[in-house]
Amino acid sequence: MTDSDMFGARGTGDTSGYGGLVRSPASAGSSERPYGGYFDGIADDLERAYPEFSTAIERIVVDRGELTLHVKREKLVEVAMILRDSLKFEMCMGVSGIHYPNNLGCELVAVYPLLSMTNNRRIRLEVCVSDSDAHIPSLVKVWAGNNWHERETFDMFGIIFDGHPGLTRILMPDDWQGHPQRKDYALGGIPVEYKGATIPAPDNRRSYK
Amino acid sequence: MTTFDPYAPSRETTEGTVFSVTGGDWDSLVQEIGSTKEERVVVNMGPQHPSTHGVLRLVLELEGETVTEVRCGIGYLHTGIEKNMEFRNWTQGTTFVTRMDYLGPIFNETAYCLAIEKLLGITNDLPERASVIRVMMMELNRISSHMVALGTGALELGAITPMFYAFREREIVLDLFEMISGLRMNMAYIRPGGVQQDLPEGAIAKIRDAVKLMRKNFKDNTSLLVGNSIWLKRTQGIGYLDLAGATTLGITGPVLRSTGLPWDLRKVQPYCGYENYNFDVITADTCDVYGRFLIRMNELEQSLRIIEQALDKLEKLEGAPVMVADKKIAWPAQLTLGSDGLGNSLNHIREIMGTSMESLIHHFKLVTEGFQVPSGQVYAAVESARGELGAHVVSDGGTRPYRMHFREPSFNNLQATSAMSEGGMIADIIGAVASIDPVMGGVDR
Repeated sequence: MTDSDMFGARGTGDTSGYGGLVRSPASAGSSERPYGGYFDGIADDLERAYPEFSTAIERIVVDRGELTLHVKREKLVEVAMILRDSLKFEMCMGVSGIHYPNNLGCELVAVYPLLSMTNNRRIRLEVCVSDSDAHIPSLVKVWAGNNWHERETFDMFGIIFDGHPGLTRILMPDDWQGHPQRKDYALGGIPVEYKGATIPAPDNRRSYK
Repeated sequence: MTTFDPYAPSRETTEGTVFSVTGGDWDSLVQEIGSTKEERVVVNMGPQHPSTHGVLRLVLELEGETVTEVRCGIGYLHTGIEKNMEFRNWTQGTTFVTRMDYLGPIFNETAYCLAIEKLLGITNDLPERASVIRVMMMELNRISSHMVALGTGALELGAITPMFYAFREREIVLDLFEMISGLRMNMAYIRPGGVQQDLPEGAIAKIRDAVKLMRKNFKDNTSLLVGNSIWLKRTQGIGYLDLAGATTLGITGPVLRSTGLPWDLRKVQPYCGYENYNFDVITADTCDVYGRFLIRMNELEQSLRIIEQALDKLEKLEGAPVMVADKKIAWPAQLTLGSDGLGNSLNHIREIMGTSMESLIHHFKLVTEGFQVPSGQVYAAVESARGELGAHVVSDGGTRPYRMHFREPSFNNLQATSAMSEGGMIADIIGAVASIDPVMGGVDR
């Protein structure tokens, strides 16, 4: 994270000046059985359908009534196929990236919310990769609807989805530099040109301190 | 090449001749294209084309009038809402999310607030009156959103009168929104922990009158379009997408229900107390534009039913709180409604400025710094007018979101454009896109 962005947030980003903020990544630790609800059933079914369960699933987190499976990157497509075909998770609701610049070796996280319409269940897959090797296999072959979502996550975080049919930027202009949703990408400060009239970058116009 | 044509100048590229058409004399363009041997023509439609629902760019490959390939170009309305929210506290976030899908602001706000409440663990502490108001507002919003979908959809296919009727009905809803929240769009009315303020005096009677009026008015569009032979020819069998296609593309909402699957989060995964209302999930089995049109038409009546039940509940809950009791989360004061729409709470100002230093400190802390949300991540979804609107919220324990991501139904469903239009006629693309009902503010965020 940069020392300061245009809104004057430094260090922890505690805007109050109180400084008592304790920040921690979202899904640290792992949960023990029983997970409760239908989560044990899902874990059992997946273990039965997938012999490599113990190596592919790094940890299982149950938090606030939601189940998260942390999947090893190499096994993601296999796990996804089994979840789709055997456990009837017919729909993937996309991909959302998270950037933890201080979580060394696991800086970039891709989160896939899955939905089973057959069983009316939801789970979440999480894959983490290091910044220097930000490659994750694409799930477009498993759920075609992930196409644009993966492009968006690539655009915003720079995660490269291997095997994607056309991984290009989707929201930002094609020649944009950098990936805006990363934490080391400051908010604002981009000089915006509109019809030949150049508007100064926000950090040169006013201060939000 | 003929002489220079000011309306359709052409230049040679490696891909072939490129014409820049600026309107005017189409005959010369037709003549020039006709003189080339090329069968395949690539046409750029949008991002300023009036039938593309805002700034959607479609790149069409044509053989005659048949579309062989459609590619969507989006991002023209990208405003970085998700990034901006990381720099604002949790309450301020509602002002951002309400501007994503600008035809469904209440859905955006509700999905966002449900996610925060789940993170805070206060889902069950929410006062019932707040949830009932949320449901009522969402259903009103569904009506106003469907009205735009129907009105503009019909307009784009050449029917102008339905648009007048639809916008007349939408106006009724927007007037109600203005009465309740002070604003017609982008209200930031749903807040973490409840709603911004209670309904103003006499609101229930006014909403009841509006429901009666809308029920009567909806018949105008029904009689104009349902069974209309021109309308049927433009919509039946057009934009076909079956259940298998919808599932793999992650399509939800009316487009999914047009394949016959009664999947509606209000029924299958109820939130805000939807399980306590009687309503039907409307489906069609035609998988086409007409089916989606019928679904939206019939959902209007279901929304009216829900609103009526919500009004009955609200009458019983008169005077009940509309914000959680926890003063560490609840906004310090309910604003009062002044003659100009919104006003300060004079009692609250008297208290913090005149009598209680602690109240002032508390007010200052909560309003400037905001409240802290325990570390974790959640996904909360609501059935918006366009399908599943999911909010993936990550907190690291701070007073601002660490990461916000919206699973926008418009963004996802727009992917179906190619599957719906390729192999069809160019004129049917318009109908297919209109039946998806994408809102570019939501697509691009």
